[in-house]
Amino acid sequence: MSSLYPPILNGKAVYDLKDQKYLKIWQGPQHPGVTGNMSLELDVCGDQVIKCKTHVGYLHRGFEKLMERRRYINCFPIVCRICVPEPDTNEYLFAAAVEELLGIEIPERAKWLRTLNLELSRLASFLMWIGGQSGSFGSGTVAQWALAHRDYVLDLFEEWTGARIYHMYMTPGGVRGGLPEGWDAHAQKVLDGVYKLLDEIRHVQLNNAIFKMRAVGLGTITPDMIDKYGIVGPVARGSGLGRDIRKDQPYLIYDQLSFDTITESGGDTYARTVVRWREMYQSIDLIRQILKNMPRSGPLHISLPNVLHLKVPAGETYVRAESTRGEYGYYMVSDGSAFPRKITVRGPSYSHAMALLEDLAVGVNLADIHGLMLSLHTYPPEIER
Amino acid sequence: MIDTIEILKKQFEINDLYHQRSNLCFITGKKEQLLSILQALRDLHNYTHLVMVTAVDWIEQNQFQLTYLLHNYESRTDLGIRVFLDRECPVMASIHHLWKQGRVYQQELHEMFGIDFPGSPDQDIPMILEGWQGPPPMRRDFDTKKYSEETYSNRERNHHEPEQYMKQILYPEEN
Amino acid sequence: MFEDKKDIQLQEPEQDQRPDWVKDSKTLTNSGLPDEERDWFCDARPTPAPKSNRIMEKFFNWARANSLWILAFGTGCGAIELRPLITARYDISRLGMQPRPTPRQASVFMIGGYVSIKTLKRIVRSYEQMQGPKFVVAVCSCAINGGMYWDSYNTIKRIDEYIPVDVYVTGCMPRPEAVLSGFTKLKELILAGKAEGQNLYAEKFDWYKANQKKIIHDWNMPDYNW
Repeated sequence: MSSLYPPILNGKAVYDLKDQKYLKIWQGPQHPGVTGNMSLELDVCGDQVIKCKTHVGYLHRGFEKLMERRRYINCFPIVCRICVPEPDTNEYLFAAAVEELLGIEIPERAKWLRTLNLELSRLASFLMWIGGQSGSFGSGTVAQWALAHRDYVLDLFEEWTGARIYHMYMTPGGVRGGLPEGWDAHAQKVLDGVYKLLDEIRHVQLNNAIFKMRAVGLGTITPDMIDKYGIVGPVARGSGLGRDIRKDQPYLIYDQLSFDTITESGGDTYARTVVRWREMYQSIDLIRQILKNMPRSGPLHISLPNVLHLKVPAGETYVRAESTRGEYGYYMVSDGSAFPRKITVRGPSYSHAMALLEDLAVGVNLADIHGLMLSLHTYPPEIER
Repeated sequence: MIDTIEILKKQFEINDLYHQRSNLCFITGKKEQLLSILQALRDLHNYTHLVMVTAVDWIEQNQFQLTYLLHNYESRTDLGIRVFLDRECPVMASIHHLWKQGRVYQQELHEMFGIDFPGSPDQDIPMILEGWQGPPPMRRDFDTKKYSEETYSNRERNHHEPEQYMKQILYPEEN
Repeated sequence: MFEDKKDIQLQEPEQDQRPDWVKDSKTLTNSGLPDEERDWFCDARPTPAPKSNRIMEKFFNWARANSLWILAFGTGCGAIELRPLITARYDISRLGMQPRPTPRQASVFMIGGYVSIKTLKRIVRSYEQMQGPKFVVAVCSCAINGGMYWDSYNTIKRIDEYIPVDVYVTGCMPRPEAVLSGFTKLKELILAGKAEGQNLYAEKFDWYKANQKKIIHDWNMPDYNW
C-alpha cells in the first residue's frame, strides 16, 4: 500500500504525470457526480486520489457588481437567485440587513411568517440533499422518494407565495402576504408524509451495510480542524461541537421555540448524515410548533416611505442566519445614497468546497469523492455568486 | 467585547469604534499592525473564527477598505477590523497561515479588486474568471453595463403596452 | 529467398488514404492546441447530415422523437427543475427520455438558464461531442435575452449566437410542466422534419466559430471537438 503514494517532500507529493502511474482526471462540470456546476481536478494513482483542486467560477454572474447598480428595492428580486436550491435565506438576510441599517422593526406576525418560510425551505433543501447523498452511494430509491416529497413541499410554497423555487416573499419591511385558507391542513398532511419517509430512510439507508461500509471513516474531521478551516453548520456539529446560530444568537422568533442543538461525535460522513437526518425531524417539529403558536391576525408589513427613493443612512452591518449548510452571512455597507455601496454574501460552501475539500479528498477512493462532496453539502452558486 | 478593545488599545493604534449592535463592533486599525492584531485576537482573546475578508472601494477618498470579520464563539460576539489601503498600489500582508480559508478570500480579492497579498499561495491563478482581459471587475470605475453592451449583442425587443396589446387580441373588431 | 526479402522496402503510400468526406471539406487549423496534440483531433469540419427518402425519413424522425436522451449537465438555475422531471410525478420516462452522463449517448442538450463564459466553453465542447441527430432546448429567460443579468459582464445574452437552439421555454423558473411542453414541442418539430439545428451549425460553422472565439479568450481546445 505504501508504494501507491508518491514520495512526499516538504509536505507536497512529488510525482511526474508523464509516467503511467499517475493520471489526471477532471470530475468536471459535465458530470453526474458533482453537486451543481463546479469541477474537481483530481490526480489519481490507481483508484486513490492523491491531490485535488477545486475549480469554481462557472456560475459567476457578478452579483455584487449588479447590486451596486440597482436600488435597494430593485436588488430584492435578484437576491434569491444567489443560492439556487435554498433561496429564502438570501431574501431574509437582505431584508434583515436593510432593516437594521434603517433602524426599523417589523411586525410580530411577519416575524412568525418569516420563520415558517425559513424552516420550510430548510426542509426542502434537506430533502434534496438526502436524495443526492443516497444517490451518490448508489441507492436511487431514496433519491426518488426524497425528490417526490420535496415536490409536495414545493407545492405548499406555490400555494402560499405563488412560485415553486424563487418565492420573493420577504421584502424589507415585512412579508408580502399571509397564509391562504386551508394551508394548515395541507401542510400537516405533507409533514406527516415526510415524517414517515424519514423513518423509512433510517431502515433503508442508515442501517444499510453498504452505506455504513462506505460512509464510516470517509472524510473525518477532527474538532481542532474546525476553526482552522472555518467550518460551520452540520459539518461542525457532526464532529461534536454544538454550534447553532438559531440557539446562540437567536434571530426572528427562534427564542420562543423549543428545540435542542443536535450533535454527533465521529466526524465522518456517516455522522454528518445522521445529524442532518435528525435535523429534518427537528424542522418538522419546529414547523408544527410555529403553526400552533402563530398569531393569525395583525399587520404584515411596515409601510416604508417611497421605496423607489429609499435612502439608507450610512453604516455597515453583518447579519447571519443558519441555513442548511451552516452560517450564511450578508455584510452590507451603505453610504447614505439610494444605491448600496457594497454587499458581500458569505456562503458556507465557500470554505467547505475550496479549502476543506482539497485537504479531505487525499487518500479517498475515486468512487467516494461524490459522497464526500455531498456530505459537505456544497452548492456552487453561492461560492462565486 | 469592550474590555477586549480596551486591552487592544493599549498595544495598538485603534480608533473609530462603531457600535452597530450589542454583539457587533467595528474598529479601524493600522495596516502595518493588522497581522499582530489578528494574531492577538485569535490566540489570546478567543476570536478563533474568521468569518470573511472583504473589500469596499471608496473611490472618492482614493482608498480601499478591507474588513476582517472575526467571531468569538464563547462570548458570541463579532468584531470587524477595518484597514485602509492606498488605491493606486494596494498591498496587504497575507493571513493564509492563520486560517486556511484566508487563501481563498485573498485569491478572490486579488482577482476582483487587484489587491496584492504577497506570499498567498495560488494568488495569480484566476479562480472565478477565465480569460479575463479587462481591469479588475469589482472596482467602481469599471462600468459593467458598457462592457456588456460592447461585448455581447442583445436580442431586439418588441415593446408592447399590456393594455393595448390585450385589447387587440381579445377584441380585434373594435380596434 | 532471403536475398529477395532484403531488397523489399516498405514505401510510404503515395495516394492520400483519408476518407472522401475529409478530403472534400476544408480542414480546420486546430489553432488553440500545441503541436503534439494536433494529431489527436479530427481536422474536418462538420457536414450537414443527408436526408434519406420520404418514408424512411418519417420513420427515422419517429424514432428520434420518441427516444430523446438528455445530457446531464446542470449549467445554471434550470438544472434544479430537471430533477423533478425524472421522478414519478412528471415522469419523462414514459416519453422515452432519460438523463445520460456522457455526450456520446445523448441527443438533447438542455441548457438551463444563464450561461457564463467559462460554462460556454464547456457547452460548446459538449455540444460538439454529441453525436447527431442532436437538438438543443434552452429554458429560462436568461438563455433568451440575458434575463435579469442583462448588465452583467460575465453572462452571455443570446445563446443562439454560439450554438443553434431549437426550442425556447420561457419562465424564471419554468414549471416542470412548462419544460415538458417544451419537449413536446421539440417532438412535434422533429416529426415534421423541422428540427434542423445540427445542420444549421454545420452550414454556418464559420459564423458560429467566429462568435465563440470572440468571447472565449483562452481557446486551448481543438476548433471542432469530435
